[in-house]
Amino acid sequence: MGAGHAHGASRSVSDGLYLPGDTPLHRLPAEVKLVGLLAFVITVVATSREQAWAFGVYGLLLLGLVALTRLRPGTVLRRMVIEVPFLVFAVLLPFVALGERVDVLGLQLSVDGLLGGFNILAKGTLGVLAAILLSATTTPRDLIVGLQRLRVPALFVTILSFMVRYLDVVVDDMRRMALARAARGFEARHLGHVPVVAKAAGALFIRSYERGERVHLAMVSRGFTGTMPQLSAPVPTSRQWALVSLAWMVVASVAVTAAVAGDRTAWLVMAG
Amino acid sequence: MTPDREEPPVHVPDGFLDVPTSIATGVVAAGVVAVSLRRAREELAESTAAAPMAGLVAAFVFAVQMLNFPVGVGTSGHLMGGALAAVLVGPWTAIICLAVVVTLQALLFADGGVSALGSNVFLIGIVTVVVGYAVARGLMAVLPKRPASAVPAAAVGALVSVPATALVFVGLYSVGGAAELDLSQLAVFMLSWHVLIGIGEAVITGLTVGAVVATRPDLVRLTRRYRTSLLLTDADGTSREVSAAPVTDGVKRIGVRWVAGALGVCLVLAGLVSSFASANPDGLEYVAERVGFIDTAEDSVVAGSPFGDYAVVGIDNPILATGLAGVLGVVIALGVGLLIARAVRPKAPGASARDTEKV
Repeated sequence: MGAGHAHGASRSVSDGLYLPGDTPLHRLPAEVKLVGLLAFVITVVATSREQAWAFGVYGLLLLGLVALTRLRPGTVLRRMVIEVPFLVFAVLLPFVALGERVDVLGLQLSVDGLLGGFNILAKGTLGVLAAILLSATTTPRDLIVGLQRLRVPALFVTILSFMVRYLDVVVDDMRRMALARAARGFEARHLGHVPVVAKAAGALFIRSYERGERVHLAMVSRGFTGTMPQLSAPVPTSRQWALVSLAWMVVASVAVTAAVAGDRTAWLVMAG
Repeated sequence: MTPDREEPPVHVPDGFLDVPTSIATGVVAAGVVAVSLRRAREELAESTAAAPMAGLVAAFVFAVQMLNFPVGVGTSGHLMGGALAAVLVGPWTAIICLAVVVTLQALLFADGGVSALGSNVFLIGIVTVVVGYAVARGLMAVLPKRPASAVPAAAVGALVSVPATALVFVGLYSVGGAAELDLSQLAVFMLSWHVLIGIGEAVITGLTVGAVVATRPDLVRLTRRYRTSLLLTDADGTSREVSAAPVTDGVKRIGVRWVAGALGVCLVLAGLVSSFASANPDGLEYVAERVGFIDTAEDSVVAGSPFGDYAVVGIDNPILATGLAGVLGVVIALGVGLLIARAVRPKAPGASARDTEKV
C-alpha cells in the first residue's frame, strides 16, 4: 500500500480524508477495514442505549486505534465537526420528545428524549470516529480495490472509480470558473447573483458530460469493452482476517453483556 | 434536518435509525441501484459508455454540491442535485450517480453513517430522483412540447422532491427513530423547513437546466424527444422540414424471473427480519410497561392503523403478526412502486413521436 499521491501541499478533493502513514491500520487491506467498520458500526447501533458504559468501552477501543494510527487529536476533532447538525437535534430531543418527564435542573425533560438524544450522540459520534479511521488510513484507490474484492457490482465500482479519477478535473474546472468570475469583480452576495452561479453550474455540466464522451471514445478506440481490469493490491492474510474478527468479538461481547445487563435491570424493576 | 450551510439537509448519521430500519432501507436501496445499473446502460449511448459517462456526471453532482449559493443575510445554500441529475441525464443514471456520490461521501469523507448508508442512498439517491423526475415528467405532459419547458418542469420537480424526501425521512423515523416524537409535529416542522430549502433547490435547478437548454438542448434527457425538426433551405430558396430523429423505444423490459426473485428476497427479509427485530418490546418499552407509565405515553399516529406497532391486529402470535406486517409492507410498497412506474413509463412506441437517438 503506497502512500498514494496525497502529500501535504498537493492535497486534492479526490484524496478524501486520507493521511499518508505507515501504521498497522494503514497496512491493513481495505476490504478487511470495510468489513470491520460495518460490523463495528452495526454492533454499536444495535447496543441498548440504556447501557451508557458500553459506549464508553467502544469509545476507548476507538481512541486506542486513533493512537495506533498516530492521528493528531486536533485533526480528528476538526473532522468530527461534520456531525454538528445532528448534535443540535440530539440536544433538542429531550425537550420535544413524548413520554414521562423528569425534573433536571428545573427543566421538564422527556426520559425517552434524553435516552434518544444520548443514543444519537453516542452512536453518531462513534460512527463518525470509526469512519474517520477508515478514510484517514485508506487511499481511494485501495478503497476501490476493496469494494471490487467484496463483490460490489463491477459496473458500480467502475463508475465510482471514474468519479474518483475525474473528481479533481471537474472540481478544478469549477474553481477556474470561480476564479474567472472573481477576476472580473464578481462576488456572490445576494439572491440576485444566483443566476450567474447557476449558469456556471450549467456550463460545468456540459463540460463534464462532453468530457465523459471524449473519455469514452478515447477508451473505446484503445479497446475498452466495458469492464476495467482488476487493480492489484496486497491480498489480506488469514491472520489479518482473524485479527479483525477477534476485535469484533470483543466489541460483540460488550454488546451482549450490555443486553444481558439491560434484562437484569428490567427484572429488578419488575421485582420492585 | 437542521439548518446548516455546508451539509446536504438529509445525511443520516449512525444511531439515528435502528438496525432493522437501516437493513431494510439498505436492501431496498441495493435492489433499486441494481435495477438502475441495468437500465442506465440503455439510457446512455452504448453499454460501454455507462461507466465513464455516469462517473463524470457523478463527479459533476459532487462538485455542484460543493458550490455555495448566496441566500442572503450571510448564509448560503447548496444543491442536493437529485432532481437536477434526473432531468439532465435520466432517472436511472441519476440514481446511480447519486448513490455513488453518497457512498463516496460516507467512505472517503466520513459524511453520513456507514450503517445508515442504505438509508442515505434511499433518501438522497432514490427518493429525490424518483419524485423529482416523476413530477417533472408529469408537468411535461401539460407544458408546451419544446425544450424550454424543461426549465419550469425541473424547477417544480426539485421543489417537490426536497419536502417529499423530508416526509419519507419522517416515515423512516416513525418506524426506527431514536425517541418517540409527536410525528405530526415533526412532519410539520420538517415540511416547513424543507419547503424553504426546496425553493432554493428549485431556483438553482431551474436556472441550471435553463443554462444547459440554452446551449446544448439535446443533452437534457427530459425533453430530448421534443427536439425541433431541422429546417433545410436549398440553394434555390425552397425549404423543407426534416424530422430530427428516428422513432423507436429502445427500452428493454426487465425479465419476469428477475422481478420474482427480487420480490421473493424482499418478502423473506421483511418477514424474517421484522419478526426477529421487534417481536420483543425494546428495553424502555419493557421497563415502561412494568413501571406502568406506558399508558401515559401517547401512541404514535400510525398506532391505530392495522400495522401500528409493527404487528397485524387480530393475530395473537406476535412473531407471526410482525412477520406478516413486514410482508404486507413490502406488498404495499410494491403496489405504490408499480403505480409510480406506470405513471413515469414512457408511452408505447408509435403513440407519439419519440426520439431515442442516443448521444
